[in-house]
Amino acid sequence: MADDNSKTNLPPLSLHVPEPKYRPGDTVDYSDVDIPSAGDQPRPDVSSDPAIMREMVYDMVRVLDEDYKAVGPWDPKLSDDTLLKMLKTMAQVRAFDDRLHRMQRQGKTSFYMKSTGEEATSVAAAMALHSDDMCFPSYRQQGILFVRGYPMVDMINQIFSNREDKLKGRQLPIMYCSRRLGFFSISGNLATQYPQAVGWAMASAAKGDTRIAATWCGEGSTAEGDFHSAMTFATVYNAPIIMNVVNNQWAISSFSGFAGGERTTFAARAAGYGIAGLRVDGNDPLAVYAATQWAAERARTNNGPTLIEHFTYRAEAHSTSDDPSAYRSAQEREEWPLGDPITRLKRHLIHRGVWSKEQHEALDKDCIEAVKVATKEAEKNGILGHGLHQPFETMFQDVFEEMPWHLKEQSEQANKEREIKWPDAEASR
Amino acid sequence: MTTMNMIEAINSGLDNMMARDDDVVIMGEDVGYFGGVFRATAGLQEKHGKTRCFDTPISECGIIGVAVGMAAYGMRPVPEIQFADYIYPGLDQLVSEAARLRYRSAAEFTSAITVRSPFGGGIFGGQTHSQSPESMFTHVCGLKTVIPSTPYDAKGLLISAIEDNDPVMFFEPKRIYNGPFTGYYDKPVEPWSKFESSEVPEDYYKIPIGKANIVREGEAVTVLAYGTMVHVANAVVEEHGVDAEVIDLRTLVPLDIETIEASVKKTGRCLIIHEATRTSGFGAELSALVQERCFYHLEAPIERVTGFDTPYPHSLEWAYFPGPVRIGEALEKIVGELTS
Ligand SMILES: Cc1ncc(C[n+]2csc(CCOP(=O)(O)OP(=O)(O)O)c2C)c(N)n1
Ligand SMILES: [Mg+2]
Repeated sequence: MADDNSKTNLPPLSLHVPEPKYRPGDTVDYSDVDIPSAGDQPRPDVSSDPAIMREMVYDMVRVLDEDYKAVGPWDPKLSDDTLLKMLKTMAQVRAFDDRLHRMQRQGKTSFYMKSTGEEATSVAAAMALHSDDMCFPSYRQQGILFVRGYPMVDMINQIFSNREDKLKGRQLPIMYCSRRLGFFSISGNLATQYPQAVGWAMASAAKGDTRIAATWCGEGSTAEGDFHSAMTFATVYNAPIIMNVVNNQWAISSFSGFAGGERTTFAARAAGYGIAGLRVDGNDPLAVYAATQWAAERARTNNGPTLIEHFTYRAEAHSTSDDPSAYRSAQEREEWPLGDPITRLKRHLIHRGVWSKEQHEALDKDCIEAVKVATKEAEKNGILGHGLHQPFETMFQDVFEEMPWHLKEQSEQANKEREIKWPDAEASR
Repeated sequence: MTTMNMIEAINSGLDNMMARDDDVVIMGEDVGYFGGVFRATAGLQEKHGKTRCFDTPISECGIIGVAVGMAAYGMRPVPEIQFADYIYPGLDQLVSEAARLRYRSAAEFTSAITVRSPFGGGIFGGQTHSQSPESMFTHVCGLKTVIPSTPYDAKGLLISAIEDNDPVMFFEPKRIYNGPFTGYYDKPVEPWSKFESSEVPEDYYKIPIGKANIVREGEAVTVLAYGTMVHVANAVVEEHGVDAEVIDLRTLVPLDIETIEASVKKTGRCLIIHEATRTSGFGAELSALVQERCFYHLEAPIERVTGFDTPYPHSLEWAYFPGPVRIGEALEKIVGELTS
C-alpha cells in the first residue's frame, strides 16, 4: 500500500478539458504554429523500417516553397499536363461544392457538405493511386470521383435523390458509391470504412492481387474504436493500405484537441502501432501526391501500411446544418498559414510558365459553367421536393437478395397507400 | 410557467439538475461550447463550468464507457449521443456493462447514467439520422427506456431519469423538438407555443418513470403510442371521428401495464403504433402482453402500425413513415370489427 500519513496534504486533482485557442471574435495569431521549410524533409526508401521514420510523424512533408517553387527530395517531378489536370480537377470540385451548397440553400435538396480548402487531400491523393486501387472514403472526398471521371450529372442526381439517382434515393445527399470506379459506398457512421479498407487490402494480398486500398477519415473520427482496430489489423497483417487522416482542425464544433491533438500529431498514432507514418502539408498538392505515391509504392511492394496525416483546414462549415461563426474565429481561415491548395498550385504553374492569371480566370468560368450545365441536366430528373421519385417497391428491394414474404406484404401496403395518398403524383408512374 | 419547446424544456431540466446536484455532468460530441447540434445543452457550459458540461472525443464507446466509470465513482453523468443512429459503437458498454453492473456486483456498483439521444425520422435525414432503435434497448435487461412526447413531459421525465439510480435510455423524438407533428409532411409545423403542453415550470418537477399518460379518453379502441407517433395517432383519431383512447406510454421499460390493461379491458380493442421497423419492434412486446392479459376481453385482433422493415430511406421518407393513411386504415379496420 502506498498510502502514507501525509494524505491530507495532497493537492486536489483537477480535470483537464481542452479549449481551442480562438473563439468567435478572437484575433488569430498562428506565429507559434511550427511550419517546417519546404524541401527540408528527408525521403526515406519505401522499404524503410517504421522505427527509423519516427521523426517524420512530427515533421511535415512540404514541396512548394514560399515562392511556389517545387523543392526537395519529395518533389514528385510531375509533368505540366499532370499538374494542369490536378489544378483543373480541384477547381472543378470547388465550383461544384459552391453551386450544390447553394442549391441546398435554395431548398432543392436536404443536405450538402463542401470540401473547400481540402481538395488536395482527395484530388492529389487519388491521382497518385492506380485507377483500380480501391478507395474507402469518408463524406468529404468527392475529389476522388472527379479524378476518376464520375459524371457530375450522376453526382447531382444522387444529391437530388431524383428518379435517375443511381442509389435509388436511399442515401443522404453526397453519400455516393461507385463500384465501377473503386469508390466504396459512403457510410454516415464515422470511421467504419477504416477496418473495411484494411479487410479489402488483406483480401487483395491473400489473393495475390496487385491492387492496394486507400481510406480516409477526419481527425475527429480517429477517436472511434474502428480507427484503432484498423491500425491493429493493418500492422498485424502488413496490409497493403494507405490510411489517410484529414486533419482539418475541426470536427463540427470540436477542435482537434478533442481527438488528442493537443498532445501529439495524428501521424504519431502510426508509431505506436509500428506503422510507417507521414505528416504532410495537406494544402500542398505536390506534397500530398508525393506522400501518397510513396505509400502506394510501399504497399505495392509488400512493405505494408502507411498512415498519412494531411494537415489542412476546413475552410467552410461542417455541412449545411451548422454555422461555424458560432464556435470559431472567422480569422482562422484568413490567417491559415498553409494557404489554399488551389491558389498554391496555380501560382506554381504560373511560376513554371505554363499558366496565367487570365487562363485561371477562364478556368474558373468554365468550371462554373460546367456545373451549371450538369445541374440543369440533373434538374430535369427532379429535385428532392416531396421525395417521392422512385417506385415504392424499390424501397423494399436490396434489403435482401430475395424478398421475403413480409417485405412483399409491406411493399403491397406501400403501393396501396400511394394510390390513396398520391393518386396522380409523379410518384405513381 | 414559461412557454418552452422540447429543446428548451430539456435544457431547463438539465440546468435544474446541474444546479441541484454537483454530481450531474453532461458530456458528448459538441455539447460544450456549441451547446449541442440541436442546442439542447446551450448555455450550460457557460453557466456551470467546463468540467460539468464538456465536449468529448468522437467515440460513443468512450462516451458511454467513461460515463459508466464516472457513475462507478458516484457521479450522475448525462451523456448525449448526437443521433441514436450513432449509438452502436457504444452498445457493448451499454449492454454488457451499464445494464448489468448492478447485477453482477450485487449492487456494489451501479450505473446511474442517463443516455440522451435524439431519435426518429421525419427530417429527411436519411438512414443515419432517422432510426428508432428503442427496441434494441428494451430487449436488454437492466436498462430503462423513456420517450417523451411533449415539452412538459420531456423535462419532468428527464429529471426523473437523472435521479434514477439505474441506467436510463432517454430517446428524444427530434421531429417534434419544435412543434408536434400530425403526420402531414406538407402542412407547416405549428410551434409548441400554441399548445398547452409547452407551459413548463422553470423549476424542478418530476414525472414518474413507469407511468403512462392517457392523452385522450375513449371507449372504442385503445391506441398505444409514444414519441412523435402520439401526435400522429391523435390527429388520425380525430380525423376519423373514432372514440379512441390514446395512451402515451412515456416509458417502455418499466411499462405501465396497469393503465394499458385497464384500457384494453374497457375498449376490447388495441391498436399499437410506432415508427420503428416492425419485426421484433416494441409493438411485438406490447401485442404479446395485451394478448396474455386481455385475451378474453378482445373483440378484434390486435393491430400494429409501424415503419416498414427496411433501412430508413432518404427520398421515400413519406412513403416509409407510418402516417395518416396507414394508421387510418388500421383504425377503421379495428373499429369496423365492432359491427361485424
Ligand atoms: C459514429 C458517429 N458518431 C457521430 C457522428 C456525427 N458526426 C458527423 S460528422 C462529425 C464530425 C467528424 O469530424 P472529423 O472526423 O474531423 O471529419 P470532418 O467533418 O472534419 O471532415 C460527427 C461528430 C457520426 N456521423 N457517426
Ligand atoms: Mg475534421
